[in-house]
Amino acid sequence: MKNFSNTYIFIFSIVMVVVVALLLSLAAMQLKPFQDKNIEIEKKQNILASIRIKSTVKDAVDLYAKYITDSYVINNKGEKQEGVAFDVDLKKELGKPASERVLPVFIGTLDDQTNAFVMPLRGKGLWGPIWGYISLQPDLNTVYGAIFDHQGETPGLGAEISTEWFQKPFFGKKIFKDSTEFVSVKVLKGGAKKDDPHAVDAISGGTITSKSLEAMLDSCLIQYKPYFIQTRHK
Amino acid sequence: MSIFSSKNFKLLANPLNLENPVTVQILGICSALAVTTKLKPAIVMGLSVIVVTAFSNLVISAMRNSIPPRIRIIVQLVVVASMVILVDQLLRAFVYDVSKQLSVYVGLIITNCIIMGRLEAFAMGNKPWPSFIDGVGNGIGYAIILMVVAFIRELFGSGAILGFQVVPQSFYDAGYINNGMMIMPTMALVLVGVIIWIQRSFNKELIEKD
Repeated sequence: MKNFSNTYIFIFSIVMVVVVALLLSLAAMQLKPFQDKNIEIEKKQNILASIRIKSTVKDAVDLYAKYITDSYVINNKGEKQEGVAFDVDLKKELGKPASERVLPVFIGTLDDQTNAFVMPLRGKGLWGPIWGYISLQPDLNTVYGAIFDHQGETPGLGAEISTEWFQKPFFGKKIFKDSTEFVSVKVLKGGAKKDDPHAVDAISGGTITSKSLEAMLDSCLIQYKPYFIQTRHK
Repeated sequence: MSIFSSKNFKLLANPLNLENPVTVQILGICSALAVTTKLKPAIVMGLSVIVVTAFSNLVISAMRNSIPPRIRIIVQLVVVASMVILVDQLLRAFVYDVSKQLSVYVGLIITNCIIMGRLEAFAMGNKPWPSFIDGVGNGIGYAIILMVVAFIRELFGSGAILGFQVVPQSFYDAGYINNGMMIMPTMALVLVGVIIWIQRSFNKELIEKD
């Protein structure tokens, strides 16, 4: 085997790293627009799903334009702020102090011309982040639809939050008691009572994810409380 | 040497059976368990591994005389890692849903023993073209096992093939239930075991003497 000098090894490594870095950054830059488009479509599909409209990758953009008729950002006092709701990165916002956050609201107009108010959610699951969208009926109390997703919850257990059987029971639940006291929707281990308007069944074996989801609903929605109450009285 | 001499053909064909990376060399089991609940991700994963093994073999083999032996593992890792990142970026740009299902496993191709194994054992000592074929062969050997496992798991676990329902509704009405066990990684391991068993009963030379 040939003997290589140290100088050669150093030069070889440096050249190799520079070439690889150039190549990869070029590829990343060229592909970025396509990747961003995919992420945008996925977000639109999620928002549509939260107002119970099924979409595919192909028709998501059109359906979004049709059904999501308005969107704006508010602060935690319920006042409208400057900004585009679709571009808000909830992860970044949740890292800020509560009073500096901007909170997106999407307003969907359904086929029967009633409105649905969509709020994004984000929290910590067992293994990684969990997130979702929840939509409320015009009374800003009753849940119209909900969708949850996760990065790496346990398949068959915590990962079930992204399935329909878990999400459906949220429909029709109420987040306010006596329409003024915010109680959110609880995710109960051992099962919720059938007529309980503020709770759904947790997932057997997925207790930590279920509890995290409950905490996510509570912490994200409570920020909207002033907005809900003001809007309701309009 | 012609492009497809018998020697080159062997490089392509051997890893499919007698030197199969998964069932004979028992490499790359981790991802074989993780991405085989559905057929589509398994196919994409198989293709990704074929691309990565083939091109890293090609690049390393072309550079083999100028790679200082003392840092050869690092050089191999850099090449494999860049290939994997490229593949990952392409998947994210063009087959986003599959790339989400594969999640971390695309990145983990870097640690797939098949690739480093082929670089060390073959590409460092052979010309680029045979190395490329060797990479394709080993990639296909891996992909075939993944697809067989995924086919069985999706069929019995979800009653579908490539997302299309193949078990008719009348079966379910008659009391047929999808096998939940098939969704769990355990069954993938059992299936790989069964494949090894079948393969060995056809190829007696693979059976250990003692």
